[in-house]
Amino acid sequence: MSAAGRTSAGWWLLILPALLLVLVFYIAPILQVLAISVSEPEPGFANYERLWTSEGVQRVILTTLRICTITTALALLLGYAIAYAITLASPRARGWWMLAVLVPLWISVLVRAFAWVTLLRRQGLVNNMLMQWGLISEPLALVWNEFGILVGMVHYMVPFAVLPMLSTMREIDPRLLAAARGLGASRGQVFRSIFLPLSTPGVIAAGVLVFIFSLGFYITPAILGGGKTLMAAEWISLQILDLIRWGLGTMLATVLVLAILVTLIVFSRVVDLRRMFGTGG
Amino acid sequence: MSALAGHALALRGLTKRYGAFTAVDDVSLEVAQGQFLTLLGPSGSGKTTILMAVAGFVAPSAGTVLLDGGDITPLPPEKRDFGMVFQGYALFPHMSVADNVAFPLRVRGMSRADRDAKVRAALDLVQLQKFTDRLPRQLSGGQQQRVALARALVFDPKLLLLDEPLSALDKKLRAELQEELKALHRRIGRTFVNVTHDQEEALSLSDTIAILNHGKLVQIGDPNGLYERPRTRFVADFLGKSNFLEGTVRTRMAEGFLLEAGPVQLRVHGAGPAEGTRALLSLRPEKLALLAEGETADNVVEGTIRAWSYLGAGSSLVVATEHLGEIRAVLPAWKSSIDPAEGLRVRLGWAADAAVPVEEDAA
Repeated sequence: MSAAGRTSAGWWLLILPALLLVLVFYIAPILQVLAISVSEPEPGFANYERLWTSEGVQRVILTTLRICTITTALALLLGYAIAYAITLASPRARGWWMLAVLVPLWISVLVRAFAWVTLLRRQGLVNNMLMQWGLISEPLALVWNEFGILVGMVHYMVPFAVLPMLSTMREIDPRLLAAARGLGASRGQVFRSIFLPLSTPGVIAAGVLVFIFSLGFYITPAILGGGKTLMAAEWISLQILDLIRWGLGTMLATVLVLAILVTLIVFSRVVDLRRMFGTGG
Repeated sequence: MSALAGHALALRGLTKRYGAFTAVDDVSLEVAQGQFLTLLGPSGSGKTTILMAVAGFVAPSAGTVLLDGGDITPLPPEKRDFGMVFQGYALFPHMSVADNVAFPLRVRGMSRADRDAKVRAALDLVQLQKFTDRLPRQLSGGQQQRVALARALVFDPKLLLLDEPLSALDKKLRAELQEELKALHRRIGRTFVNVTHDQEEALSLSDTIAILNHGKLVQIGDPNGLYERPRTRFVADFLGKSNFLEGTVRTRMAEGFLLEAGPVQLRVHGAGPAEGTRALLSLRPEKLALLAEGETADNVVEGTIRAWSYLGAGSSLVVATEHLGEIRAVLPAWKSSIDPAEGLRVRLGWAADAAVPVEEDAA
């Protein structure tokens, strides 16, 4: 074996433990899921036929897509405003803004979902206050429906929307904005013609990240949806854990994985994925 | 773009403080229509802050900016109608060359047809007709600089402001663009305000140079006047190179005075300070001559060559003298009768009107 060959074998040995870990605990289970989806309850593609025949399956997919799309749109809108404010803030204020964005990320998703329940339920803080002020006479249905899910998910996703957009915005040379104003552009024109187009790659990155993340959301929809509005992840868990229909559950899981892969492939043609998720050199 | 389109700019007592630090300290100056003014100074001298105050990006702590006599100090940058070439050019990376140049017209709501004609004219002006569809990153530094110029000129600005426009370019290209910039200024007859720390650029381009140090205007005048009659040590030193000779003013004569530096008496033309006071002379290295045997001059000093370097067109000597310290001389190669060598004893001579009295800088 040549010296170069030995060296490269040495490198492979070094990453072998990590490789084994990924193979055994990640790739193998996914392959197993794929296998179950075409073998239970009997071999064949019967489970996948449900995608076209079962109204229930279609409803879950449509609900998931609808909630994810709305979540992504709202998270992008809010996140863009926050990222923009952080970009323009003074270094001191920027520190506080970043803390405000990051702290929710460190709090358990479970805690946050229950916090929303206490705020939004019939006798919750929001309904009580609105009633006290006389704005409503009956408590609003703010939770255990699609609205509640959206509130919880948008709240969870905003930091994930802020971070990629912020990194793109901070790369924009502030002299470009000054130059545009010097050339006669109003603040609005500077935003529309310079800042917005230059921050678009960050918006796309954040959109893909949030959308993919939302597709597999489980805890938040489960708690804030109250079991009435089913998204894909909860539906899968229902099939497998409660109804013991492994084939059907793994089928939708496989579809979910494929949908995410397809989304990533499509967008990798549009934007540099490695840069977007921060793994690029 | 008519030749009479220039506007006059004036600064009155312009001051900018950042907390306890005074970046610009009570600067007043005037630029006549169609003039090329250069703000020259080392980094931190406040020259860029002045330009930014003229452009409207910096709000002065005190003082006013006047255009044709009218106060424009409160106007935001987009209302001033000044063209500006930023340091590093600040071309919009997502727009083609044509779109970059069209930008000032687009934000002014000009129709596409009018825009296209103006953009073409502006790109013709800087000889970039062939590059309209390229993106800025596909252009060389010199080409980007020209796009920035075209973009700053396309909307017939009242002033053209240039923030170190040539500093990012290599030396040869810089000289080329200097000539182009000068020709452009002559052709369009607009008022230009340039900021630089490059004294050669300032000397070759400007009608007027304002020299700044520590936020203060030290001296303003035409390049020749500044070079030949610097008012202070700083000006003499920053604009070109200079030897400084120190002594006491002794006998005053009709056309000048004698300066006593130790046992040496130097003849100096010009007014100069009162008798008995200390005085500082600035003597340009190129005004010294290497004297041959028997040759004489108004002032002669003897010394030993400490160092010399060959510069092609001439050579530069450092001569150690007994009473005047080290004196630097730049001699044209074709004129020298003596081959310089380290350790050689030489006689340096200069005319009485070669050295000029300058003030010591205020501490």
